[in-house]
Amino acid sequence: MGGGGGAEEELTAQETALYDRQIRVWGVDAQKRLSKAHVLVCGMNGTTTEFCKNIVLAGVGSLSLMDDHLVTEDDLNANFLIPHDESIYGGRSRAEVCCESLKDFNPMVRVAVEKGDPSLIDGEFLDKFDIIVVSCASIKTKLLINDNCRKRSKHIAFYAIECKDSCGEIFVDLQNHSYVQKVGGEPKPKELAYPSLQEAISVPWKNLPRKTTKLYFAMRVLENYESSEGRNACEASLSDLPAVLALRKDMCDKMSLSESQIPTALLERLLAAGKKQHPPVCAILGGILGQEVIKSISGKGDPIKNFFYYDAADGKGIAEDIPPLSSD
Amino acid sequence: MASSPASAASEEEAVKAAKVLMVGAGGIGCELLKTLALSGFRDIHIIDLDTIEVSNLNRQFLFRQSHVGQSKAHVARDAVLKFRPNINITSYHANVKDAQFNVEFFKQFNVVLNGLDNLDARRHVNRLCLAAEVPLVESGTTGFLGQVTVHVKGKTECYECQPKPVPKSYPVCTITSTPSKFVHCIVWAKELLFAKMFGDKNQDNDLNVRSNESGTSKSDVFERNADEDLDQYARRIYDHVFGYNIEVALENEETWKNRRRPNPIYIRDTLPEEAIRQNGSSRDINNEQEEPSAMVSLGLRNPQEIWSLADNSRVFLEALKLFFEKREKEIGNLVFDKDDQLAVEFVTTAANIRASSFGIPLHSLFEAKGVAGNIVHAVATTNAIIAGLIVIEAIKVLHGDYKKYRMTYCLEHPSRKMLLMPIEPFEPNKSCYVCSETPLLLEVNTKTTKLREVIEKIIKSKLGMNLPLVMIGSTLVFEDGEGLEEDEAANYALNLEKVLAELPAPVVNDTKLTVEDFQQELSCSINIKHRDEFDEEKEPDGMVLSGWSAPVEKQVTSNGGNQSVASSSGADYADGIVEDISTKPGMKRKLDEVLELKENCDASSSAQVVEDDDDDDLVMLDENPKLAKKKRLQ
Ligand SMILES: [Zn+2]
Repeated sequence: MGGGGGAEEELTAQETALYDRQIRVWGVDAQKRLSKAHVLVCGMNGTTTEFCKNIVLAGVGSLSLMDDHLVTEDDLNANFLIPHDESIYGGRSRAEVCCESLKDFNPMVRVAVEKGDPSLIDGEFLDKFDIIVVSCASIKTKLLINDNCRKRSKHIAFYAIECKDSCGEIFVDLQNHSYVQKVGGEPKPKELAYPSLQEAISVPWKNLPRKTTKLYFAMRVLENYESSEGRNACEASLSDLPAVLALRKDMCDKMSLSESQIPTALLERLLAAGKKQHPPVCAILGGILGQEVIKSISGKGDPIKNFFYYDAADGKGIAEDIPPLSSD
Repeated sequence: MASSPASAASEEEAVKAAKVLMVGAGGIGCELLKTLALSGFRDIHIIDLDTIEVSNLNRQFLFRQSHVGQSKAHVARDAVLKFRPNINITSYHANVKDAQFNVEFFKQFNVVLNGLDNLDARRHVNRLCLAAEVPLVESGTTGFLGQVTVHVKGKTECYECQPKPVPKSYPVCTITSTPSKFVHCIVWAKELLFAKMFGDKNQDNDLNVRSNESGTSKSDVFERNADEDLDQYARRIYDHVFGYNIEVALENEETWKNRRRPNPIYIRDTLPEEAIRQNGSSRDINNEQEEPSAMVSLGLRNPQEIWSLADNSRVFLEALKLFFEKREKEIGNLVFDKDDQLAVEFVTTAANIRASSFGIPLHSLFEAKGVAGNIVHAVATTNAIIAGLIVIEAIKVLHGDYKKYRMTYCLEHPSRKMLLMPIEPFEPNKSCYVCSETPLLLEVNTKTTKLREVIEKIIKSKLGMNLPLVMIGSTLVFEDGEGLEEDEAANYALNLEKVLAELPAPVVNDTKLTVEDFQQELSCSINIKHRDEFDEEKEPDGMVLSGWSAPVEKQVTSNGGNQSVASSSGADYADGIVEDISTKPGMKRKLDEVLELKENCDASSSAQVVEDDDDDDLVMLDENPKLAKKKRLQ
């Protein structure tokens, strides 16, 4: 994070031995900053599980999990933190069961459960954290948390991540992020100003470059649909296709975008996915998000600004900057 | 997955029915085994020779502190069965080059997935996959960079169709007399001084062992006198290697005409008080320790700090003495190991003292260890991403979606917006000696070169054969492996020491050699061209092999700038070799086209993928660049 502060004390011999290989990637200072960072994850699924594993291994200071939903058989699919044994997970929340497994991964990281409802999170609560990751929540909840993060005097980085079977989206808001960029081996300080989630999803579509990934538009249509129906993320299904197509037409008309930019086949795929997550895609998205959080905490390396998309159908992992700088 | 429900169902069936072999249970392997199990694979075999070390735990998440020392393959299997109890995982704590893993063994699998850490094993697996006709998905990571490639016999290039990076090796005289970089000092400290002091005494060593000091009658100053005090001995070695040997080198004026002259360093200058005083204060502290450490005995705590010349000298003397005091039994058999703290201390400080002599900046123990151990940077996130990409390709292979195969590069900075960049696989290289039958050409002095040298330097080291057999016409002159008759073995041993022209079937200009490896089911022909002279600097092997993809020397860029991976000894990569795409000549050109869409590209290669500006689909350019351009302009 911008300051990082008090990275005075040295790493212990135990930390140096454990983190040897990664210190060779990002340096001792970054490792010290990581060990002081506090991360909150709202919503435990295949993708956030992967992310949690990655940052616990990397050695963040603490990780808190918020997800009061009781574990069901559906949760086992893409989640390796839940043992296949109902006598272990039965009657317990996702956060509790995942927390127990994650603790084992790295004894130097504090992993804890935060009970509560992400849609009711207030600003003061957020002050305990440096990084907030939100998944399987409605757009309304995401907007609320993002807004609250931006209102705090403390710098809190916000990430939203969703995986729909073979596709995924990551949104990043680092507000004003200063970091060190390596240009031909020379470190150079750099500043980035991020738009809020609200700004990033309400850009008039006609202002976006023609090459903008189709997934960006498709995700906005689904988001809009789910929120108009009062549903949570990933709760729409294939039976909603006609209504979703009608909404697509409506939105495209309003924002002067050709409907062909949001192919029916793509919407079909996303709706058919429902809550299903494809484990290799979870690994990819969770890996990218892990790297982004490490970059943001360490202040080293170019962070994604401000969306990332992956689609296993074409194999591309794309960073999009929305709204583009020129559209002001 | 990414397709219609019917196709998704058949993909699921293909995954359930598949039998897959994973080679490597390390950084990529742990992630891969987990993702395979979650993705519905039910019959997974996994081979790994290694045991678990502490420095693995930051990313090999199936392992815990309590597993240190145990087999990676077995522990990984047990860990995954905990969250997927109903699948079959068969683990082998063994070397993939073992005879049990022959072509028959490979044939039982639908696909082979590599998560290996060295070039040698990768080449071996490539050959077995070609021979068994099993598709191979290959991978590697370094720091934030990674790649996944698909190799299917006859359809895509094999792993060895493109040149591979190998660890850099340095001319002997740079190491012995004219170091200009820190890495040269490390190589000297590790492969000459450390080997001389603590390694096999019968090994050739280029270190100067003679001394003209009066009173020494011995031919080797490294021998410790029976009555010699350990402090005296340590100081004598110090003065010899850092002082006297530099003075000797300085006498050769020719060498220093255009170079900075090094300073001889003697203990009386760096540690004036210790030249006279005996250092006995630290002795007791070390009795308590399990693993002796010179920096700990001297109260130096921070391996990240760059020590002064005096501190380096103290640690050097202390490390040397600790070897003799605490580990005397091992002396004579030691090989440098990056996980041996005392060895790292000795090599770091020796390299630093030498660096100081030659005006080269000193380095911390942490950095020196990285250079000396060829440690490649590794993080969990890249391994997780790469493992995900391997599974995506494996599913396509099982489903037979040949047209959808991609090689994917994981980049650190977006290129044309992409952090994960898929590229259509290349066709097999028609002149690849592994997957095609093109003969190789070896230029060699047939009158002075022994068969042993050709086998070691070319057949084993360059062609990567494990148990080679050499035939000249129909005469078998050498065979490796077990089960040889005694007289055969004796005969072959004799042949090894003969020069080529004097073999039972003489090898002269235009002779054709056939070399084979039965285990790899690889056979290739080598045409011999006699040549008298070789350039010692440019052709250090004393022979030149052409017609094969010569390896590219590897440069690893770390967060601290450029750092060469050193050493002529075996490579040791954390989680595999990333083909540094910028140093691959063939690859660079292809990637340039992909990245920048150069208008005048010379697309002479067989297949090439370029992103069409107007569509998400990939467009293939074929051999004619004009045609390709037309396609894109449609
Ligand atoms: Zn080939």
